[in-house]
Amino acid sequence: MNVLELHYDVPGDDFTRAGEASSAIKNKLKQMGISPNVIRNVAIATYEGEINMVIHANGGTIDVAIDSDAVTLLLKDTGDGIPDVELAMREGYTTAKEEIRALGFGAGMGLPNMKKYTDEFELTSEVGKGTEVKMKVYLNK
Amino acid sequence: MTSNEKNNSESGRFLHSIRLQGDLCKGCINCLKRCPTEAIRIRRGKSRIIKEYCTDCGECIRICPYHAKKATYDSLDSMADYEYTIALPPPELYPQFNNLEEKSVVLNALISFGFNDVYEVAAAAEQVSEITRKLIKEKKAQLPIISSACPSVTRLIRVKFPNLVENISPVVSPAEFAANAAVRRAQLVTGLPREKIGVFLIAPCPAKVTEIYSPLGIKKSEIDKAIALKDIYPRLLPLMKEVAAGETRHQLPHEINKAGRIGVSWGGHGGEAGGLLTDNYLAVDGITNVIKALEDLEDDKFKNLEFIELNACCGGCVGGVLAVENPYMAKVKLNILRKYLPVSGARIDEAVPPYAYRNEEIEYMPVFNLGGTVEESINLMKAIDKLIEKFPGLDCGCCGAPTCRAHAEDVAKGYATEKECIHILRELYNATGAED
Repeated sequence: MNVLELHYDVPGDDFTRAGEASSAIKNKLKQMGISPNVIRNVAIATYEGEINMVIHANGGTIDVAIDSDAVTLLLKDTGDGIPDVELAMREGYTTAKEEIRALGFGAGMGLPNMKKYTDEFELTSEVGKGTEVKMKVYLNK
Repeated sequence: MTSNEKNNSESGRFLHSIRLQGDLCKGCINCLKRCPTEAIRIRRGKSRIIKEYCTDCGECIRICPYHAKKATYDSLDSMADYEYTIALPPPELYPQFNNLEEKSVVLNALISFGFNDVYEVAAAAEQVSEITRKLIKEKKAQLPIISSACPSVTRLIRVKFPNLVENISPVVSPAEFAANAAVRRAQLVTGLPREKIGVFLIAPCPAKVTEIYSPLGIKKSEIDKAIALKDIYPRLLPLMKEVAAGETRHQLPHEINKAGRIGVSWGGHGGEAGGLLTDNYLAVDGITNVIKALEDLEDDKFKNLEFIELNACCGGCVGGVLAVENPYMAKVKLNILRKYLPVSGARIDEAVPPYAYRNEEIEYMPVFNLGGTVEESINLMKAIDKLIEKFPGLDCGCCGAPTCRAHAEDVAKGYATEKECIHILRELYNATGAED
């Protein structure tokens, strides 16, 4: 299948650049005849993931694959990992520091939103090694 | 200036009111680099506008050092085409004048100039504010409501922000509201048929001109002509002197000086949001800031907002390219003028009139799509990403496109060739060994 692959590096600890990658992905999708609804879902899911990587994992990478069937997103970081994934997936659960929350981030909605706005969501994490999130949004659904 | 044809056909949907005066254009890159939607290309030495991308923001008019970009609008002579004429002065008109203590001086000068009636857009703005406050309170619109007052912003949303189209206010702009109210009053007073009544908006910018000839969200505008603020400004000055000196007294059947602080404040950035009497609003001015705000809004980065005021021009409508005074000075004067006005002078007395609401959906126009299908777009995007690597990334504009990326898109779509890049051309030249 004809696939367009995109790769983005997300720098850690730089809030001025947080959201750059998801914004770039969104603007590419807007040129490709993909429905506004799909664009919105992908944009929100990647933005939440990108912010998570900045806050918790000192950055990471985002790989995007677009074909005429779906947008597939792979977010990888080499951060501390998530000890209790089930707990982390709960709405409102957060481990973000007070100063991060003061910025308006870390409300504990990041992971739940990523799951909510995508059709497939798969999270694997190993403490001390890092976290990987694979998400898929179908174009026609 | 020639007047535009009223046109709601397919081609009319992308009408714009900015024209090039070709003999003045040097083909430099000033407008090319400034255009926020990358709607300009330099082709055969002249600046061309891709009409589907243009939102009439006026940035190219502002930046052009040779005055080759012009706004089109109607001439003052077009008043002769009607038996009864109504002027719609916008709030940004008042602070164009020095030492103006009473806006009634401007309004009466408009009657001296030859208009039969005047309806303040600021008065309509207060009514629009009131209706909007009610919509927010009763949650009868998609929140946050994005104001429909700046036509450049609604046009931008239509082509670039599909997910925000739904948020555009269901209430018409104050100018449109004023036109509807004024026409009804005129028909009642004069008994004239609609076509003999001419409604004239004093426009601060080309976007408001476009908005009457090719309106978004309403089937047809009740405004017949848009004249330029800068055209009527010098004509009003002597007439205002006469009015202020008490030499002119107009007998009018109704009060024309109604707008209070809320309506007058709409002329400057932040005034519109201020009229909603809520703290949960966002007000952004300047087209590049507006684009950034819309991108963030699209990603759900702003929470709990009720209203969003977006002005393409810095400073708000006082910053329009057809205005005369420095926009920041105009805001100072607007504040002084406001001081002794009542909070709000115009109210919705009875039920909200049906014309207060838009009567057409605003439809997303995906004009920036690369191909006709996702598959085609994938292929084009791949070709573009490959081409980009060949270009130097200087975004110099010498090829006629605003950025290397835009040029790569043009090449991939077949509108331009690689060799228009002078850096690629130099490599080709060097490869011939001619430099020795």
